[in-house]
This record gives sequence, C-alpha cells and structure tokens, in this order.
Amino acid sequence: MDPAFLVLQSLSGLASASSLFVIASGLTIVFGVTRIVNFAHGSFYMLGAYIAVTVVPRLLDLSYSPAAFFLGVLISALVVGLIGVAVEVLLLRRIYRVPELFQLLATFGIVLVVEDLVLKVWGPVDLAGPRAPALRHGVEIMGQRFPAYELVLIGVGPLVLGLLWLLMHRTRFGVLIRAATQDRDMVGALGVNQARLFTLTLFLGASLAGLGGALQIPRVPANSHMDLAVITDAFVVTVIGGMGSVPGAFLAALLIGQLQAFGILVFPKATLVLVFALMAVVLVVKPWGLLGRPEAGSGRVLPPEGILALRRFRPPEAALAAVAVAALLALPLLGDAYKVKVATEILIFALAAFSLQFLVGVGGLVSFGHAAYFGLGAYAAGLLVTGPLKAPMALALLAAPLAAGAGAALFGFFIVRLSGIYLAMLTLAFAQIVYAVCFQWVEVTGGDNGVVGVWPAPWAANRTVYFYLVAAVALCAILGLRRMIYAPFGYTLRAARDSATRAEAIGLGVRAHRWLAFTLAGAAAGLAGGLYAFQKGSIDPTLTAIPLSIDLLVMVLVGGIQTVMGPLVGAAFFHALKDAVMPLTEFWRLLLGLAIIATVLAFPRGLAGAADAIRGRMGRAKPAAASA
Amino acid sequence: MTLLVVDRLTKHFGGVAAARDVSFTLAAGEMLAIIGPNGAGKSTTFNMVGGQLKPDSGTVTLAGAPIAGLPARAIWRSGVGRTFQVAQTFVSMTVAENVQMALVSRFGRSRSLLADARALYRDEALVLLGEVGMRPGADRPVSELAYGDVKRVELAVALASSPKLLLMDEPTAGMAPRERSGLMALTARVARQQGIGVLYTEHDMDAVFGHADRVLVLVRGEVIAAGAPEEIRANALVKQVYLGEAGARAALEARRKAVA
Repeated sequence: MDPAFLVLQSLSGLASASSLFVIASGLTIVFGVTRIVNFAHGSFYMLGAYIAVTVVPRLLDLSYSPAAFFLGVLISALVVGLIGVAVEVLLLRRIYRVPELFQLLATFGIVLVVEDLVLKVWGPVDLAGPRAPALRHGVEIMGQRFPAYELVLIGVGPLVLGLLWLLMHRTRFGVLIRAATQDRDMVGALGVNQARLFTLTLFLGASLAGLGGALQIPRVPANSHMDLAVITDAFVVTVIGGMGSVPGAFLAALLIGQLQAFGILVFPKATLVLVFALMAVVLVVKPWGLLGRPEAGSGRVLPPEGILALRRFRPPEAALAAVAVAALLALPLLGDAYKVKVATEILIFALAAFSLQFLVGVGGLVSFGHAAYFGLGAYAAGLLVTGPLKAPMALALLAAPLAAGAGAALFGFFIVRLSGIYLAMLTLAFAQIVYAVCFQWVEVTGGDNGVVGVWPAPWAANRTVYFYLVAAVALCAILGLRRMIYAPFGYTLRAARDSATRAEAIGLGVRAHRWLAFTLAGAAAGLAGGLYAFQKGSIDPTLTAIPLSIDLLVMVLVGGIQTVMGPLVGAAFFHALKDAVMPLTEFWRLLLGLAIIATVLAFPRGLAGAADAIRGRMGRAKPAAASA
Repeated sequence: MTLLVVDRLTKHFGGVAAARDVSFTLAAGEMLAIIGPNGAGKSTTFNMVGGQLKPDSGTVTLAGAPIAGLPARAIWRSGVGRTFQVAQTFVSMTVAENVQMALVSRFGRSRSLLADARALYRDEALVLLGEVGMRPGADRPVSELAYGDVKRVELAVALASSPKLLLMDEPTAGMAPRERSGLMALTARVARQQGIGVLYTEHDMDAVFGHADRVLVLVRGEVIAAGAPEEIRANALVKQVYLGEAGARAALEARRKAVA
C-alpha cells in the first residue's frame, strides 16, 4: 500500500483521537470525583457545538481571524461549563448517595430534556458551522493534501493533556481531584468542602465536553443526534482507559482513533463492531481498564439494590392479580381495535421488563443494553418470515428466543466477568454492537429502514386472535420466570448478589449462574421482541437502541426494583402513559426526562415499592397502637 | 490422623511478604489457633488455605489431596467450610434460607428452575440451626440479627456441607465477652464430636488459650513459634513480640479456667 496514504490515514486517526480525548477526559474526571457515570456528558458536547455555531459566526463578523474563531470556541466551552454547574447544583448534588442505576437513569433524564430543548431553540435542521479562518485549506504532506484544521486538532489533544497535568499536579484544586478519585470518603473526612469541589469538577468536565463539541463545528454540522452518538464513544474510551484516569483516556483515544482509521480499510462495514470488540477484550484482560485501578472499597456494607424479601401473594393480592388478568383477557370484548393494540404491546413490554427485572432485581446485574436481546429476537423472527426462507410464524417465534438467548450467552460470557458500573458499560457496548450490525449490514437487515411485511400467519392475523396469542405466550413466560425466582436458581442468584464471597465459599459458582441467568433473561426478552415484530409488522434498528433499553429500565424503576411483580405494573403504567401523552405533545422526551428525574428523587423504590412502604407503615402502626 | 498439611506457603503483595514459608499441620478433631499482631499474615494464610487468595508458592494438602491455588468452590467441595472476619451472609434471606442455600449447593440443586426453594432442605437446615442454638430465630431475616447471632448462623452455614476442615477467621470479633466463650465452646464440641479439624485466628486470649489444642504464632509473615498453649504462653520471644506482660497474664488466666 502507498506509504503516503497510510501516513494520512494515521493522521486523520490522530485527529479523531484528539477530539475523542478532549470529550472523554471530562467524563473520566467527573466520574473519578463524583462516581457518577454521566450520560449528560454527551448533551454537554452537543450544547457546545450548538452554542459555537451560534457564537462563532457573530465573532467572525466582528473580526475575521483565527483568534476570533478560537475565542468563540472557548466562550462556548465556558458557557457549557456553567450549564454543568447548574446541573450539579440542581440535580447531581442530590443523588451522590443513590444507587448507580438510579444515577445513570437520572443523568439520562437530562439527556432527554436537553434533546427537546435543543430542538425547540435551534430547530430540527442540522446547522453547519463556519470554518476556521486561515485553516480552510489543505497542507501538502508527502504529496497529498491534508486539511490544516485537522492538524490543529491533532495538537489540541496533547495540549489539553498537558494543561490537565499542570492543573492536577500544580494546583490545590487538581490535587483534591486526584485525592477524591482515589478515596472520596477520606477527602471528605479531611474537611474538604466537597460541595464546592464537586461543583468545580462538573464545571471542568462540562467545559471539556463543550470544548470538544465546539471544536467539531468545522467538521460536522451541529445536530440533535450527536449526544448519544458521542457518549457511547466517550464511554468506550473511559472504560478502556480506566475510569477516572486521564492518561488512560488519552491512550485509549489514540488506540481507538487508529483502530477506526485503519479498521475502515479492512472491514468497511464493521468499524463500530471493532471498537466495541476492543473494549470487550480489554475488559476481560484488564477488568479495570488499561490504567484504571480497582475501586477501593470504603468498607461500608450496602444492602443490595433489588428484591430483598420474597413473599407469596397474600389473598387480597392474589385476588387483585386474578382480576387484573381477567380484565386484560376480557379487553377485546369491551374495547376497540386500538385498545387491543395497546394492550398487546403492554403484554409484550411487560415480558421484556420482567426479564430485565430477573437480571437487575434478582441477579444484581444492571444491564443497560437489554434492548439488544429484544431486538435480536425481533430481527430473528422478522428476517425468518420475510427472508428467502419465508418461514412460518410459529417457527419464527421459536427462533426469536433461541437467537436472543444465543446472543446473550455470547455477550454474557464476557459480561459476567465484571460487576457494577463496568458491567453496565459493557452491556451498553454490546447493545451498541447489535445496533451497529442492524444499522450497517444493509443487505440483510435493511439498514436504517429495516424490513417491512412481518405479518402474523393467516390464522393469527386478526388483532383479537393475535392479542390472545401474545397473552398466552407472555403470561406463560412471565409465570415461568417468576417460578425461577422462587426456585433454588433464583435464590442462588440472589445469594451471589448479596455476597459473592460467601456464595463461592459454599460452592456456588457465581459466574456460571450469572451466565445462565443472562442467557435466560436474554431469551425471554427475545421472545418479547419476536412477538413485537409481528405486532408492529416491521423491524428496524430502534428495537435494539439505547432509548428502548432505557424505557425498559424505567418500567422496572417505576414499578419498583425491590418487588417481583412491580415491573409488570411499571410496563403497563409507562406504556399506557406514553401512548396517551405522546400524541398530545411535541415535548414527550422532555416530560419523560423530567418524570425520570422526579421519580429518582422522590420514589427511588418505584410505585409498587411506595405501595409496600405505605402498607408496611400501616401494618406496623397497628400492633404498636395495641401495645401502647 | 493428619488432616491438613500446609507446606512453605508464601504470598507477596507488591514488595511486602505477607506470608513467608508458612508450614504447619492439623489433625482431625484438633483445634489450631493462629495468633499474631495485626498485619502478621493470619488472614492471608487463611485465605490461601480457603481459596480466596492464590499462593505464590507452597502446597496445601487436605486428606492427601493437593488444594493450593484451587478456586474457593473447589476447595469447599474437597471438604473445607469457613467463616469470615466480617461475617458474610445472604442479607436478603432469612436465617433458615441462608443454611438452606448451603444445602442446595451441597446436593447440587442450585440450577433447579422449578423446585420451591423455601421448602427445600428446610428440615435439615433447622437441625443445623438447632446445633448452633439458632433454631428459634430460623424465620427472622438475617439482616435483623445481632452480630453474635450472625456469627452462629455463619457457623451453621459452614457446617452444612459436613466439612473435614473448618476455617474461622476471628470467629469472636465484634461479639460480647459472654457470647465469645459460648461460640468457642460450641465450636470445640462440634469439632470433637464430628472429628472436624478447626483452624482459627483470634485476638481474644480466652478464645485462644481456653480452647486451642495447639497455637501457631505468626509475625511479619513468618512462623516464630508453634506448640501447646502452655509452651506458647511461656515462650519468651512470643511474650516479647506479641503477648507482652498483660497478654501473658490474660493467657495464664484463660489457661487456668480451661483446665479447671
């Protein structure tokens, strides 16, 4: 191959590595100090780009010079930093002691809010930014032209790294950041003003994200999808580098930049897969990333987050459940076709949410990519009936859980080696692989458009018949999973969650059981996905995307993570609400985001959990009154 | 009959030798206490025998079979039950369910998807809880128990697999004085009845000199003395580096009580 071409390819890899590092360094610093994995970091990046496309042209009107351009970029970064301060003071400050899952969801709530606000303020059209004066042209390198602006970007990464090093080693603030990254409780015990430290850290982190976004405007137009696109990349960089490690992020960004630059030559269709595969390999070999360190346990024994006490239905609850099922089954007799459609979807999402609760609430495995298995099932079923095989529906519905289960077994093999936040990030990464395959492998999956014409077999084509089919399958699957929760297998999963050390010391293989659980839950989600494909009549990549994973988590959260049946209530409540509210407003995401944030702040135990608490209070009040 | 042979077990953490050439043996039905100052390598030695840590070198032989370096659950399968310095229990379960889990594992039922876990091996679990005096609290959540009772539950869990060897890392730490001697007497009785070898670490002089058949003294990762409690109490070096005057007095009193 032509050496000049390789050099240029490598240079463009360096340029994207530089941009990636600027963004990821902010994410990793914020994580190191606050221990919050901040989804909103992508929103900060997007805001940086939007503010820059607004500010920079004004400044260029005043003085058309590189100085004005970069001044505009810096102003944008500082404005985003101030937005970061507002987010810290208004929200993050209140959730530092909340379990990880809720923190992640709350910051995702910010993502949703910002997305809608950006659409409202700047409109849905992509906004191209101005190019930097004096850097518009190419530079001749080994006989080829290379954009001058990219060369500047290559310099920005090391410059930011150097400035951060100075900040971390030469200022009191930087020393405190490093100290807090190593042992947050100790820094607090030494009397450091934590509130101010955290606020300043968010300012720094958000500014870096804003800087990253603002620097992008000559390369990519500001658009409302750039937040989620960049956040997964930034997650991958911080996880590979080691969460909390700035040099690690630099190293990881370099690796990924080169991998993308050259990977596209070898596997033009699989660049996304390559990046996530790299992450999986690194995490299996070095579970804390290249330069990360295992979390220093603070010695506190926290109660596990999830189902704590298993109990049977009490008679009134059993009666209530029976009435709910009866009402559901009677729905086609009473309601119209539209209500039947919504009820079918609720049943499907109830199964998917329940399978997620099996992982999260029972196994303590917080999956941020459960949509992957839902999507695998949907694609397996959809492609079987529309593809060259023209398979019958029954076969497709059988293949859906098998395909999803196989995918979950493959990914789960890596996932169960990790725990906590790293596990959550890896599930997210694998889900992005599935999304990337569905999106990029156009010949088979139809790419962005997906595949249409996934209709049920003639005997089940009637909406009412299909509803009863879904009801039968979903209820059986839910009852089956519920049975497993009460069986030794479910107890073993809870045992491993409560104390992995104790479980291993009495001969229970923690990884093996978690792997089996992951496979089972994946298969159940795949079954739900298969049912959904026939309900909708089509498949497309959104069935595997992050927003669906989040929807499922919200169902679990709203229903109550500590309850067995709560996620079913959550699915019904959430989907019915979404169906009722979405057509009425253009601000669905804003409302959903605010609702998630409010739920995390007000009811960390969900609706069913809140009902339990009220019942507990009433139940306890009586004997106390009697004895008084 | 020699049950456990530990031969030249060594473990480094970075540049620090946490355990260096630690060797000892333990007979079935015997109680062997490991004592020494904090950081002497007691827990490290323990965790290497129990499989929580992999030794750098050295061998551990249990009833003739080599077990050093095996994962914890394989060591459990070969007949080692253990309790931890900070009690490890399944906090979302009841007392009985904690013991039932050990039985589920023992009988290979942990992958059962359909059986009713609450009823499975409940009677056997209640018998084990009876042995450690926890039968009345069987249906209480383990998270509500006083720490001393949690330690008893842990003992029942460890006994559930009918182990040949019981490892107890500071069994009485965090307990009230009266509870301590009760737990140690209980352990000694069970060990003698069932022929279980017990290896334990302790800081409490009563627990060591009142119940151990033999005592091993570790300092900075090395064995500096081993022998009957009487010899260890009288050992000048041990008195100098670990027991001190007050410790020696406490040891003497404990010994007198035990003999009486």
